[in-house]
Amino acid sequence: MSTKNKEPAQGDIEELLPWHAVGTLSRRDSQRVEEALAHDPELARRYALVRDELGETIVLNETLGAPSAHAMEKLFNKIDAEPARKPAASFYLGARIGEFFASLSPRTLAWSASAAALAILLQAGLIATVVIKDKNDGGYQTASAPTTDPGVGAFTLIRFAPQASQDDVTKFLEANKLTIAAGPAAGGFYKVRVAVTGLPKAELANIVKKLQQDKVVGFIATTE
Amino acid sequence: MQTTSDEVLIARIAGGDRLAMQVLFARHHVRVYRFVLRLVRNEATAEDLISEVFLDVWRQAGKFEGRSAVSTWMLSIARFKALSTLRRKPEQELDDEMAERIEDQSDDPEVALAKKDKGAVLRQCLTALSAEHREIIDLVYYHEKSVVEVAGIVGIPEATVKTRMFYARKKLSELLKEQGIDRGWP
Repeated sequence: MSTKNKEPAQGDIEELLPWHAVGTLSRRDSQRVEEALAHDPELARRYALVRDELGETIVLNETLGAPSAHAMEKLFNKIDAEPARKPAASFYLGARIGEFFASLSPRTLAWSASAAALAILLQAGLIATVVIKDKNDGGYQTASAPTTDPGVGAFTLIRFAPQASQDDVTKFLEANKLTIAAGPAAGGFYKVRVAVTGLPKAELANIVKKLQQDKVVGFIATTE
Repeated sequence: MQTTSDEVLIARIAGGDRLAMQVLFARHHVRVYRFVLRLVRNEATAEDLISEVFLDVWRQAGKFEGRSAVSTWMLSIARFKALSTLRRKPEQELDDEMAERIEDQSDDPEVALAKKDKGAVLRQCLTALSAEHREIIDLVYYHEKSVVEVAGIVGIPEATVKTRMFYARKKLSELLKEQGIDRGWP
C-alpha cells in the first residue's frame, strides 16, 4: 500500500469530488466538500486527481469531432416526411406566457406582480358582491344569454384576439349589445348575434367594420 | 442578448415550429453526437442515431413535462437509442472500428508514457474503460450532469451513481498503474 493512503479521506465526501470539480453540487454539499478539502490534505491531493480526469475527459470528448452537415439535412428530410400536426395550443400558449415573463426585467416583474395582486383583490370583491346579490335574488339562472330563437337575428363570426381576457370579451359584448349564439367552433370562432332581427347586408357590413376596430376582435366576418 | 431557453424551444417545436427545431439542433447536436459516439464507437452509426434522437424530440416535444433539463431528456433518448443499436450490432465489430480510429489519433500508452505525456495516457485509459464506466465519466465530467440527472438518464438510484462513478475512477487508476503511472489512489 502506498504511504499516501495511510490516512483515508472521508468516504462520502470523496464520492462527491467529481461533481464538486464540475460545479454541479448543491450549495450545501459544495460547502461540506470545501470544508473537508481545507482540513484534509489527502482529500485535497485526491481532488487534484479528479481535476486531471475532468480536464482530460473534456479534451478527449472535444477531439471526437462533430457530425457532418448531412445530419441536419437527414433530420429535416425525416421531419418533412412526418404527418402534419396541429399545434398543442395550451402548451404553446403556456410557453409564450413563460417567454413573455422571462423577457421582463425584475423591476417590471415586481410592479406587474403588485398590479396583479391588486387586480385579484378587486376581482374577489366583485365576485363576492355578485354572489351576495344572487343569494338575495334567491333564484336560479343558467349562464346562457336570455333565450331567443337561436336561428333568428343578424350574426357575425368572431375570433377574439389571443391576448383578450375573459373580462375584455365580456365588456366588449356588453358595450356593443352582443350575445354569443354558438361556439367556440374549430379555430376558436364564436357565432355572435348583433341584432335580434335580420339586418340588410350593408348595415351588417357597417357593424362588422365598426366591431373590427376593437382590439378584442382578432377576426370578424358576417355569417348566416 | 437574451437567448431562448431550451424549454421555450421545445414548446415551439410541439407547435410544429421548424426554426425552433433548427436552433435546438444547432445548440445540442454536437454534444449528443459525442455522447452517442462514445457509446457506440462508430461515427456513421452515431450520426444516424442523432437524427433519430432529434426526430424523437420533434415527435415527443408535446409530451415533454419539464421535469428535467431538455439536455438531460435528450441524453436519455440518445442513450436508449445507442443501447438498442448496440444490442443489434455486435460490440466486437464496433470496438474494432473505434480502435482503428483511436490509433490514428494518438500514440499508444507506452509511447505516450515514454514521451511523459500523462494526459495522453489518461485519455487512452479513459477510452479503455467499459461502456458503463465511460458513460458515467462522460456524463459527469463532460456533460456536467448532477447526481440526480445521471440517475435519471441511466435509470439507477442516486447512491448507485456515486458508487459507479467511484468504481469507474478506481478502474481508471488501475489502468494507469498498468501503464506505469501510480496515482497513489485507491
